[in-house]
Parts: sequence; C-alpha cells; structure tokens
Amino acid sequence: MTTAISVSGLVKTFGRTRALDGLDLTVRTGEVHGFLGPNGAGKSTTIRVLLGLMRADSGTATLLDGDPWRDATALHRKLAYVPGDVSLWPNLSGGEVIDLLGRLRGGLDQRRRDDLLERFDLDPRKKGRTYSKGNRQKVALVAALASDVELLILDEPTSGLDPLMESVFQECVIEERDRGRTVLLSSHILAEVESLCDRVSIIRAGRTVETGTLGELRHLTRTSITAELAQPPNGIANLPGVHDVRVEGNRVRFDVDTRELDTALRALTTSGVRSLTSTPPTLEELFLRHYQEDAAVTR
Amino acid sequence: MTGITGTGSLVRLALRRDRVMLPLWIVLLSVIPASTGAAYAQLYPTATDRAALNAGSGSNPSVAVIYGPAYDLTTAGGFTAWRYGSFLALFVALMAVFTVTRHTRAEEDSGRLELLGSTVVGRYAALTAGMAVAGGASVLIGVFSAVGMTSAGLPAGGSFAMGLGVAGTGLVFSAIAGVTAQLTEYSRSANGFATGAIGVVFLLRAIGDSTPSASWVSWLSPLAWAQLSKPFVAEKWWVFPMALVVTAAVAAVAYLLAPRRDLGAGLFPSRLGPRTAPATLSSPLGLAWRLQRGSLLGWTIGLVVMGAVFGSIANGITALVGNSEQMRKIFAEIGGAQGLVDAYLAAIAGVFGMIAAVYSVQAALRLRGEETNGHAEPVLASGVNRASWAGAHLLFAVLGPAVLLSAAGVATGLGHGLRAGDVGTQVAHAFNAALVQLPAVWVIAAVAALLFGALPRVSVPASWAAVGVALVISLFGPVIGLGQAVLDISPFGHVPKLLPGADFNAAPLFWLTGVALVVAVAGLAAFRRRDIG
Ligand SMILES: Nc1ncnc2c1ncn2[C@@H]1O[C@H](COP(=O)(O)OP(=O)(O)O)[C@@H](O)[C@H]1O
Ligand SMILES: [Mg+2]
Repeated sequence: MTTAISVSGLVKTFGRTRALDGLDLTVRTGEVHGFLGPNGAGKSTTIRVLLGLMRADSGTATLLDGDPWRDATALHRKLAYVPGDVSLWPNLSGGEVIDLLGRLRGGLDQRRRDDLLERFDLDPRKKGRTYSKGNRQKVALVAALASDVELLILDEPTSGLDPLMESVFQECVIEERDRGRTVLLSSHILAEVESLCDRVSIIRAGRTVETGTLGELRHLTRTSITAELAQPPNGIANLPGVHDVRVEGNRVRFDVDTRELDTALRALTTSGVRSLTSTPPTLEELFLRHYQEDAAVTR
Repeated sequence: MTGITGTGSLVRLALRRDRVMLPLWIVLLSVIPASTGAAYAQLYPTATDRAALNAGSGSNPSVAVIYGPAYDLTTAGGFTAWRYGSFLALFVALMAVFTVTRHTRAEEDSGRLELLGSTVVGRYAALTAGMAVAGGASVLIGVFSAVGMTSAGLPAGGSFAMGLGVAGTGLVFSAIAGVTAQLTEYSRSANGFATGAIGVVFLLRAIGDSTPSASWVSWLSPLAWAQLSKPFVAEKWWVFPMALVVTAAVAAVAYLLAPRRDLGAGLFPSRLGPRTAPATLSSPLGLAWRLQRGSLLGWTIGLVVMGAVFGSIANGITALVGNSEQMRKIFAEIGGAQGLVDAYLAAIAGVFGMIAAVYSVQAALRLRGEETNGHAEPVLASGVNRASWAGAHLLFAVLGPAVLLSAAGVATGLGHGLRAGDVGTQVAHAFNAALVQLPAVWVIAAVAALLFGALPRVSVPASWAAVGVALVISLFGPVIGLGQAVLDISPFGHVPKLLPGADFNAAPLFWLTGVALVVAVAGLAAFRRRDIG
C-alpha cells in the first residue's frame, strides 16, 4: 500500500451549495500532506466524506484500501481524527474524554498520553465546559496523537493554539511522521503547512487547484525583479510569464513566473543591466493569489 | 452608587428579550382565578351543594396536600382561594426563578454578559435588573389577578389579599433565584437549586396543610402565604409586608455573595474531574449512561414523589369529586372505571404514562442534541458504528420509561396501600396499571427515533408536536367528545384498562410493541443511510 488516501472527482452538494466540485486528492503512505484552502473551500466536507460521516454525490474515495462509507467502522480503528471545532461534553473531564476516544478507537498508549499532557501543558481534570478553545483542541489532539493508528486526519488543528503550543504541535507531527504514520493536515495557514508538509494540495471552491511537493509548488511562484538598465527596456512586457511591469525611465520592476525566469533575464541583459535585485519566491504569494482569485470569484 | 450603573438599560434589554414570554405568563396567571367565579356557580349551584363540598373536601387532609387549606368553600371567593391559591403561587415562583436565571447566570454562562460587562455596567447591575424584572412581573400578576377577580364579582378586599400574597411569593423567589445564580457557573444548576427550593417548600406546605397538629410548618413555605393570608375569609394584611421583609433579607444575601466571586465563576468552585476515565466509560453504552443517568435519576425521583402523593390521597378522592356529577363524569371517562377510586388510580397511571412518554422522547432526542452540538462526530469517527451509538441512547428511551413507570407504580401502591391498609394488593395493582402504559410510551419514542433518522432537521419540534397531539387527544378528547377515529390516533387510547374484576385484553400491548419496534428499526435504518451533521 503506497497510497493512504485517494480521492478523485468528488462532488458533494448541500442544496444549492456545491461544496465539492470534482475534488482530487492523493496522500501517499508515510507523508505529511498539507490540505490548504481558504475558509469554505471544502476541506472539512472532504474530510467528512473520508470519514464516512457524509456520502458524496459522485466521485470515488479510497481510504487505507477501504471504502470510507462501507467499511467505516473498520477503517476508523486505523485512524484518528481531530475535528476543526472541538466540542466537549460539559460534565466529562478532559482526561475522561481522551481515554474514551482512545478506547473507542481500540486503545491508547498510556505513556505517550501522559507525555503529551505534559508537553501540551494540559490539566486533564478540568471539565469540558471550563476549557478554552485552545485547550479543547489540545484534548482532541492528545487523544489522537496517543492512539495507536496508521493515519491522522487533522482538520485545522491549531486554530486556537498559542505560538508556543503551535510549535509543540509541530514537533509532535514530525515525530508521528518519523514513526511512519501518515498525516492529512488541513489548514488555511500556509506557514504551518510550509514547515511540516512533504506535499501539499491547494483547493478552492471545492476543486483542487495545485498539488505537489513544496519544491514543485515553488515553481509556480513568481520572482520579483527590480533592475537599473543602460537604456529603457524593450519588449519585457510581452514575454511569457511576465506580470505587472512598471517602467520609470531606465528602471524596470516586474514579477515573473519562476519557470520563465531565465527568458526574462536574457531579455534584460540585452538592455545592459547596471544593477539587479530579485526577491525570492514565496509560497505565500502563490497562496494569496489563489485566495484572491477565490475572493474575486465569490464576489 | 456605581455598582448598579447600567441597570436601566439591562432591564430594557431583558424586557425586550422577554416581550412575548412575560406578557404570556402575566395574562395567563391573571385570567385563570377570575374565571373561577362562574365555574363555581355552575359546579355548585345550591347552598346544599356548597355545604356538602365544604364538609367533604374542606375538611379532607388528603385533598389539602394538593390544593392547600380550605377555609370556607361556601363562597366563590373562598373556593377560588382554595382552588387556585397554591397553584398560582407555584407558577409565579417558577416564572420568577426562570426569569431571574435567564437574565443573570444564563447571560454569564453564555459569555454575553462579559461583552456587556466591559461596557458601562456595574457589578450588581445584572442581578438588580433580573430581580427587578421578575419581581415587577410578580407584582403585575398579583395586581392584575386581583383586578380580574374583583371585576368578576368577587370582593375587592379578598381579591387584593390573594393577589398580594401571590405577588409576595414571586418576590421571595426572585430573590432566592438571585442567590442561586451566584452559586455555580451553570445556569442549569442555578435553575436546579431554585426549583429544588420550590420543591422543598411545596412539600413543607403539603405537610403543614394536611397535618392539623403541625399546621405552623406551612408558614415556612412562601408558597402557602397567599392562602394563609385567608383571602375572602379573614384577611391578614400583614402577610404581604412580611413577604417584603423576607425578600429584602434574601436579596441582601445575593448582594453579599455577588462581589465574592469573579464574573463567570460560581461561589462553589467548579469541581475538578478525574484524571482518567473509569473502566465503564469505554463504549457507546458507557457514554450514553454517563450522559443520561442524571436525567433518569431526576425523573425517577420526581415520579416517586408524585406517585406517593397521588397514591396517598386516593381514598380521599371520593370526597373531592363526590359532590360534583360533572367531575365524576370527567374522572370516569379518563379512567374508564365506575368505582371512583379505581378510576382515579387508572387516570393517575395514564398520567404517569404520559410523563414517561415525555421522558422517553427527551431521551431519544438526546441523539439529535449530540449530533448538532458536535459531540457525535468524533465518536462516530472512532470505530463506533452508527447503530450501536444510536442504540445506546435509544436504550434509555426504551428502558428508562420502564424504570419510571415501575417506580411510580410502586410508590402509588405504597401511598394508597398504607392508608387503605392493604399494601400487597395495592402495590401489585398500581404497578401493573402503570406498566401497561409502556408499549404506548414506546410507540411515541419510536416516532421520535424515526424522525431523528429520516427527517433530522425537523425531528425535535416534530417529535414534541407528536407528543403534544397524543397527550391532548388522550387527556381532553374523551371529555370534549372527539370521535373514536381521532381518539385512536393516540397510542394511549389503545392501552387496555386494568380494573379489578374486568377482563384484561392484552392484545393491544403486543401490537403496540410491534408497531414501536418496526418504526424504531426504520428510524435506525434511515439514520445509517444519511449524512451526519
Ligand atoms: N452540513 C452542511 N450543510 C450545508 N452547507 C454546508 C454544510 N457543510 C458545509 N457546507 C458548505 O460547504 C462549503 C464548504 O464548507 P467546508 O467544507 O466546511 O469548508 P472548509 O472546511 O474548507 O472551511 C461551505 O460553503 C459551507 O457553507
Ligand atoms: Mg473547515
């Protein structure tokens, strides 16, 4: 088994809302896969379909070589899930919830449980109602991370954590990967995904818009170039992959798709380069670009 | 004083939020006593009827357990004070408690008060506003009901004595709820403590009113004060000032407690739970037991108390309705029996069945609650199959009412048997009479399960509507002469009557159970096929 999750052409509608619109997703065994997308993109819906909590209208989904709907119960024993909005029973203590969820999954590593409680600085004796959002999330995280499972499905697990706890969380995910577990990490925060994930899928409005390793995705980013030339530039704006050109006398500023960088630089040198600064590509820009397009679409 | 700054705007906010509820309480509770005058003339037209009523019910301690003391039943005023005095006081107390909690602890519990507290609102403002709104509503109910009774032709003095007595009860319980709102951080417990206090003083009143040698005990109960002020008989005008003094004293306690705690916290520290889960908490059933046991225990206690009280007055019931042909007819029709005591006991068993149905639907709808508040999702994503998760909660809808009905039946039998000197027979009889209700209860619970599975979005209101329809048909249908086809809609209409000497037809029990089973299984099947959430 080299593929932990494989989804293709998934469609799910809620009345008029097309929450998933032909979504594709492939998560390889043993990788940490970032599942990125703006709010409302369909991340949680995809996860609910994968967990057999919802049935898709069309498309196929395979999870750990099983059918998420038909084999739900058997599959659930091999995975742990942290919901995006953790809601705890008001009259159960955090420790009770951790044990309960662990036992329902078929067992919990006691030593790891205690270790995680300490690292997340979580008091397991408090009752559900008295936990803050971040602490409720920690309860679900400890329950998931201490379970003996193959696959972790985490839906925006850090939305309530402070920066210190966020870094504890990142350490834990890295440990999980080192133990050979597969992690599907949904998030709308790029930095988190950038520091943890082997591969990333970016979704927007229920469709996958990019997928690949971080290196591959960087190829999709743009480099910003500012150059002083010997003479006014000519023809730069017409080159493939060049965007937002601004010319002031001999100075030129533009963004260029990273894969077209070579062509653009050759064109610049024909005008005699006096000085040149280039701002390296960040995923942030790529990501924001998709977000903005999304905002433009929904507007 | 800066502590109460902003009280005015909180009062306006409360009145706006309660613009439907409070007028409803006020109008309903004001109109009911005024409507009694005419009914009295109809039920007891002649002086002989009235003298018989006075001699029968007026001197019957088992009747006083429910209605309170009867000082003079030969006048419409005295009858009204007896019949509605404690009933009105009870409902005004409940209104006061729910209103105060709603505008104090519930606001803190939900976090909304924090939002307000950061603006210009004093520390005592919410407490003051809550008690002012509830107290004001109590006084309005007192005044309006007095005006209503007066305009219905009752003497003004007695009307106002009774109205003020009822208002006094509301004021005292507004203050009591002000105190209980300080104790814990949950509005549910605040309401629980305050309604518990109502339950205790109701029992004190019941003991005092039915025990001539200890009638002073009734004075310990604010619920009794309206009647103890002897409206329409020999008004004691100092009762209302006494209520004001008690209100002020209890409210002072609330004001003393309020600054001793943080916003959002209770005076009782929230207790810590265990570090690890007990072994029982490792299955869907263990979880359902943990979530449902408190409610089951509460309902069981309530039904045991009701059973004991209703059972112990069974013998006296002849005196209560014996003089009124109309009431005799009503009872005979509800219970379907000739002997009045048997009819009464059968009617009580029917009431227990309906209460058990309410519990059972509530237990079944817990499923929907768990689903909508996000508790179901992690459980269903952790190796628990849907049928066993739903089945665990439905087990309470199935076995819970069996527990309730058994307890209520035994308590009724004991209450009646001890007075009638025949414990063995009475316990067995009352137990059976209560337990035959079970299949009808199951049918109603199964409808809730089906709605949960097939139409989750409307399942909560639709289930309660189904309960309401069944109860209304069974309670009032026979009295107002509905056709058999309509009566048959309610499963309670099919429960066989269990009467000494009569033939007992068990067939409906089997087919009601069968219907319940089929409907519940259909609900589970639909649930397994649908989306969660
Ligand atoms: N149960 C539901 N009923 C109706 N609409 C839903 C439901 N769940 C999600 N949606 C809609 O589907 C879209 C995708 O939601 P979701 O998967 O929660 O996005 P994300 O997790 O990426 O923020 C949103 O437009 C949301 O409003
Ligand atoms: Mg989401």
